[in-house]
Amino acid sequence: MSATTQTPLQREEATTIFEKGAPGRRAFSCPEMDVPVVDGLLPDGLRRSEPPRLPEVSEPELVRHYVNLSKRNFDLDSGFYPLGSCTMKHNPRLHERVAALPGHARLHPLQDPAHAQGALELMWNLERALAEIAGLPHVSLQPSAGSHGELAGVLLTKAFHADRGEERTKVLTPDTAHGTNPATVTMAGYEVVKVGTNADGGVDVDDLRAKAGPDVACLMLTNPNTLGIFDSNIEEIADIVHGVGATLYYDGANLNAVMGISRPGDMGFDIVHFNLHKSFTQPHGGGGPGAGPIAVSDRMEPYLPRPVITRSGDGQFDLDDQRPKSIGKLRGFQGNYGCFVRSYAYIRSLGAEGLKDASETAVLNANYLLARLRSLGVADKLPLAFGELCMHEFVLSGAPMKRDLQIRTLDLAKRLLDHGFHPPTVYFPLLVDEALLIEPTETETRETLDAFAEVVAAILREAQEDPTIAREAPYTTPVRRLDEAAAAKRPVIRQAL
Amino acid sequence: MLAEIGVASLQELFDRQIPAAVRLERALDLPAGMAEQDVYAHLRALAAANTSAEDEVTFLGAGMYDHYVPAVIDMLMGRSEFLTPYTPYQPEISQGGLQVMFEYQTAISELTALPVSNASVYEGPSAVAAAAYLAKLANGKARVVVSRGVHPHSRAALRTLAAGYGHQIVEVGLRDGVTDPDAWAAAIDQDTSAVIFQQPNFLGAVEDASALALAAKDSPAVVVGSYDPIPLGILKPPGECGVDVAVGEGQTLGNRLDFGGPSFGFFAATDAYLRRMPGRIAGETRDVDGRRGFVLTLQTREQHIRREKATSNICTAQALNALAGVVYLTWLGRRGLVDLGELLLQRTHYAREALTALEGVEALHEQPVVREFAVRLQAPVDRVIARCQDAGVNPGFALGREYDEHPDGLLVAVTEQRSKADIDRLADVLGAAVAAERQTAGVGA
Repeated sequence: MSATTQTPLQREEATTIFEKGAPGRRAFSCPEMDVPVVDGLLPDGLRRSEPPRLPEVSEPELVRHYVNLSKRNFDLDSGFYPLGSCTMKHNPRLHERVAALPGHARLHPLQDPAHAQGALELMWNLERALAEIAGLPHVSLQPSAGSHGELAGVLLTKAFHADRGEERTKVLTPDTAHGTNPATVTMAGYEVVKVGTNADGGVDVDDLRAKAGPDVACLMLTNPNTLGIFDSNIEEIADIVHGVGATLYYDGANLNAVMGISRPGDMGFDIVHFNLHKSFTQPHGGGGPGAGPIAVSDRMEPYLPRPVITRSGDGQFDLDDQRPKSIGKLRGFQGNYGCFVRSYAYIRSLGAEGLKDASETAVLNANYLLARLRSLGVADKLPLAFGELCMHEFVLSGAPMKRDLQIRTLDLAKRLLDHGFHPPTVYFPLLVDEALLIEPTETETRETLDAFAEVVAAILREAQEDPTIAREAPYTTPVRRLDEAAAAKRPVIRQAL
Repeated sequence: MLAEIGVASLQELFDRQIPAAVRLERALDLPAGMAEQDVYAHLRALAAANTSAEDEVTFLGAGMYDHYVPAVIDMLMGRSEFLTPYTPYQPEISQGGLQVMFEYQTAISELTALPVSNASVYEGPSAVAAAAYLAKLANGKARVVVSRGVHPHSRAALRTLAAGYGHQIVEVGLRDGVTDPDAWAAAIDQDTSAVIFQQPNFLGAVEDASALALAAKDSPAVVVGSYDPIPLGILKPPGECGVDVAVGEGQTLGNRLDFGGPSFGFFAATDAYLRRMPGRIAGETRDVDGRRGFVLTLQTREQHIRREKATSNICTAQALNALAGVVYLTWLGRRGLVDLGELLLQRTHYAREALTALEGVEALHEQPVVREFAVRLQAPVDRVIARCQDAGVNPGFALGREYDEHPDGLLVAVTEQRSKADIDRLADVLGAAVAAERQTAGVGA
């Protein structure tokens, strides 16, 4: 591989919109000034002296710039995206169409509920569906993301204990947890206490028992966890946590493994957050928007964010803001309704059977890919970190590959880019050395999984011959490896004007 | 596929992993699946049961506004390459999204006259709460002083978050429609972590932001301003007023109403807070061949690296909505933002004059306004609104829903989509509604 042959995209030096155009150009034509102009409406002291230096381009220039930029992105619609813990499943275009209907898209959040009955009915129906999927009776759709749902859940826990006159100080999280868990715990004013992982990849129950005490407010758990392992001790874990009066929180990032198969509420969880942008097809948008509704048990219900949706006997929907024990509001209005429309459309499209089928296929695909990699001899260099089977995702350790072939997980990931695949999540979970977290989702066909497995095997063979190829990859992407250290050392975070 | 895995059935895959006691042994109690066209029909019927901004002439604002969303935004947001990727963890194949973030940060820095912007946060009110958390981490002080002119949802989000990490919230009231300067100054002390005001405030009044910031100068407080971005073509920007952290709701920048979201929140600051910012930040760098490129940077602030020591638990920006934001600002352009601001200033003034000329309607305050203003009605506000809506006009927000001290208040927003003719129609309809209510109550002419 030579770095001297450049692809057409590589030959294009990146130019920002601020470096294009010319003074006076614009796309916008302002509506007519149809009212009498009055001077002095805004005192000089409150006025801006120089307009912000926004771009000055025509509409065609604007369109070309952003369309060309889009071509410098890889996306789920173009290819396989097995990014573990992110559930990159297909985003049906029907959802975009229905979300854009003016009755949804141009509905003001403060419209009188009497004039927003369709929206409230949709939210009510979505709440009921999520409650059934979680096995917990009460839902708030308000949180804006998974991490926001976590915050809601831990604040709910705090309000719950405070209501009982208890001040607990610690929240337990396994060492496999998403980084958002400990970060959330700190934001909610608790101390993080880590719980270890046992040889099977589940919670170390003895460690949990030792750390669970009257000062513990909550255990935050993902099940299946970030190793793709369903914790078979879940009932015992729930007993230990409830035994000390703490709440059990379910991080729903991995719900895609268990829809219609096993329910957090039945496992003993008090609070669950959903990632509508993972299991329920809200497009990820290059990093947002998302939505992180929560479902809770009866005892947590009084503390739910306000407002809550109510339905009266005659079928009229309303918003109830008079909730004295509520933790309050996490954000403006009622949440990311546009995401609710999409996820509701998804649930109605699939129905009970379809959702279960999605989870079954996701688990089947993950196990098949794992088995394919094994039979291609990859397991030797990239062994499964824990267990034999997996749920919807699995973690390989790149440690033997690094030792025997002198390429790191990062190198494998970068070489995958040249083959047109998005790499798996790398270096997470933290307790696995050189981790690769692979989640194929139910979206993918057997052919795609086969092709991916072959490419991984081919990259390992290639490294056996010449490890520098992977170490210097990628070669074909719009830019090659970027100097992240320099970016952090002397941050340039805006265009110099 | 099962043979390759080495199991006899799909069932076995689950039986070997999930204890029987926690398996759901029945089907989910959900409606059966539907064909695409049937789902469309159902969602369309639900949409039809709402009264949207296409169904009435609306002057409802109070935090989200019916500005025009240009068609180029629909096209760009709908492109697979922007719609369907994840957060750009692999920069080599995410240069489009990363450069958009970089351009967005530049646009927000220009708008706010502050050197540092992140790549966006969830939305406006939670951004206000996040700014207070930044202050807590920065100076550890106990109190937050917040103006009652700050959006009620922002104040609510602030209280919710503060109940977790422990800030005491002190509210300062309004006088003549703006933050009471004496009470504001009196509330700020050496234990004040942050002071927060909104510009323009919830009643539409333009605050003297420089004076509010100056009052905190001798305290340790981080000065936080929650800004409406649309008037920043004509209003003095936060960076020129002594504001340390400017946040705000980005919906008005090219995003739909969507019954409240998704939109984005912007979060900008002085250089001093660069390494304390929540959320994603894109930075410029070079690749191994020397090409210009962009990466997520300063990630050591973030939860996936720092875990419990992170500056925030946020891991989502609102990348797609922020794309709409920067495209919108580009579409307006440097002069367009100013022209839009002047148009809104004049039309809002015209509307205020037209309404306060009506019998039974008077100004709630006399402060300068740029896109929204408050009036008092000498008639029950909810009933007047209902009458107006029956006539096809939504006159605005009943202030009594959030402000006990203004049970007679109506907050009226004017966007560029409301022409003089629309405003005249509002005056007619509102005048008639107030008159009818006064007649019912047996007062007035």
